[in-house]
Amino acid sequence: MSGYLELAGVGKTFGNVIALRDVSLDVPLGSVTCVLGDNGAGKSTLIKILSGVYQPDEGAYRIDGTEVRLSSPREAMDRGIATVFQDLAPQPLMPIWRAFFLGNEIARAGGRLDIRRQKQEVTAQLASMGINVRDVDQLVGTLSGGERQAVAIARAIYFGARILILDEPTSALGVKQAGVVLRYITAAKRSGVGVVFITHNPHHAYLVGDTFSLLNRGRLIASYERDSLVLDDLVREMAGGAELETLTHELRGMDDVRGMDE
Amino acid sequence: MSTVTAGPADDRLIRRSVTRRLLSRPEFGALLGTIIVWIVFAFYAGSVFIGLDGVRNYTAVAADIGILAVSVSLLMIAGEFDLSIGSVIAATGMLTALVAIQMQQNVWLAIAVSGVFAMLVGLFNGWLVVRTGLPSFIVTLGMMFALAGLTIGVTRLVTDRTQLGGLEDVPGFDSAHAVFGSQIFGFNVTVVWWVIFVLGGTYALTRLRFGNWVYGTGGNLDGARNLGVPVNRVRITLFVFTAMSAWFVAVTQLVTFKGTDVLRGTGKEFEAIIAAVIGGCLLTGGYGSVIGAALGALLFGIVKQGIIFAQIDSDWYKFFLGVMLVVAVLINNWFRRRLLGERK
Repeated sequence: MSGYLELAGVGKTFGNVIALRDVSLDVPLGSVTCVLGDNGAGKSTLIKILSGVYQPDEGAYRIDGTEVRLSSPREAMDRGIATVFQDLAPQPLMPIWRAFFLGNEIARAGGRLDIRRQKQEVTAQLASMGINVRDVDQLVGTLSGGERQAVAIARAIYFGARILILDEPTSALGVKQAGVVLRYITAAKRSGVGVVFITHNPHHAYLVGDTFSLLNRGRLIASYERDSLVLDDLVREMAGGAELETLTHELRGMDDVRGMDE
Repeated sequence: MSTVTAGPADDRLIRRSVTRRLLSRPEFGALLGTIIVWIVFAFYAGSVFIGLDGVRNYTAVAADIGILAVSVSLLMIAGEFDLSIGSVIAATGMLTALVAIQMQQNVWLAIAVSGVFAMLVGLFNGWLVVRTGLPSFIVTLGMMFALAGLTIGVTRLVTDRTQLGGLEDVPGFDSAHAVFGSQIFGFNVTVVWWVIFVLGGTYALTRLRFGNWVYGTGGNLDGARNLGVPVNRVRITLFVFTAMSAWFVAVTQLVTFKGTDVLRGTGKEFEAIIAAVIGGCLLTGGYGSVIGAALGALLFGIVKQGIIFAQIDSDWYKFFLGVMLVVAVLINNWFRRRLLGERK
């Protein structure tokens, strides 16, 4: 299965720090691709490359088979790649109907906002995804974390996203709220969107993912199809496997050193 | 597409009443403050203050600050400050006077020359902020001092004085006076200009795409940029607006007083910022209103003139101003926290 969005051998360095090395990723439409990794694994660099904030130093970025070089998130969006960033309250003091269309306003001649149509469109789009907000005049900051993610997902789909990149969409949420967001991820997938779900939580990934890629120290260390994997494997891999053993040894070693000092 | 059910509508929320909606407007604090202060002074300052003459009096004072507060509030909503507008008033007023009085050019030409100068100052402020990423507080503070010094230095160098008068003898003065310095039904014409500025600013902020960008730029700069909002263009445009509105006020004062001095406008930047803050603008950007800033300016005018009408020593004016500012911000903060559903 060849992906709609494809990274081939992508690498990125900052000065003498190698943030990503030889990362390949296939994201087909209508599926959820999970990228799992601990802090510092290179997740944020990967997101920024996918979303067009950074350009890769090595390797190729292809959309629908064509190699591209994105210069901004806006350009990525124009090509159907939308990113919902981890920052949960991008515009806390804006009413939903304004924030939803920020940067893509419906305007008449002379830059006049078509306020009524914007409100109607937001209401209709949220309703079609089963998102209940009380009032589109409500400020974004008054929404719960899950609602904000849901609105952001609805927004991306409204603006024609083919690929939706979600940066830790569940990490700041409670169990119930996270469940709500996971449902919207599945809804987006069913509507034919390719979802990249970036997370450090294997339990959430396993619930919705079709393929799983593990990122560690800037490299992809493993990839699984859903069929060939059980949750326990994923949890073990995420917990560090071999690394955990090394850590255990190190900590014991430190204890010994301290023992000698005394 | 498939739909997901998120359960029934949340029944733990009380429907927001009309009163609550009113309370949650950014302007509410300033409206309340204006009414209270007016009542207090109506009680102490007597019938002249309450009557039409009183209105003419304090709106004339409020108009100057009010015109500045329109662009200052827009800039603040976009998350930036302009501390240089007081110096721009001094500089553009003096530049207009130099061209008109010293060089004996038509008043309108002189106004155009200083207008271009103000635009360049605004462009430079904006460009430096956008380019260097320095806080606009620092950039425009530098501009405030640099321009003030430049105005005094150049004026003394050219004229050997620090003030210029006699604009009424320069060609073009009469028509300029009709536009910027006359009176309509006893009201200063600047009050009419103020209303026009407020309506224009409110329209731009609430009805235009540009206004949406202003909110977005101040609410979250990087977020707005990622969504394709031209945040740099928005900010530079607004810095040009603030400098140009300072120029506008400078011209009205020059024409009204038929002359100017190198210190005119000093301190106006803070008065405009105070009006905007009283009017509900958030210092961190992303929230506020032009109408609120206008009410803030009106409150200013009422206090400034009310003190005189009440025959209180005008030394106390600054004391009232300081207290008013802090009280207004506390009230606005309290409302905003209610608005976002916080309790504390």
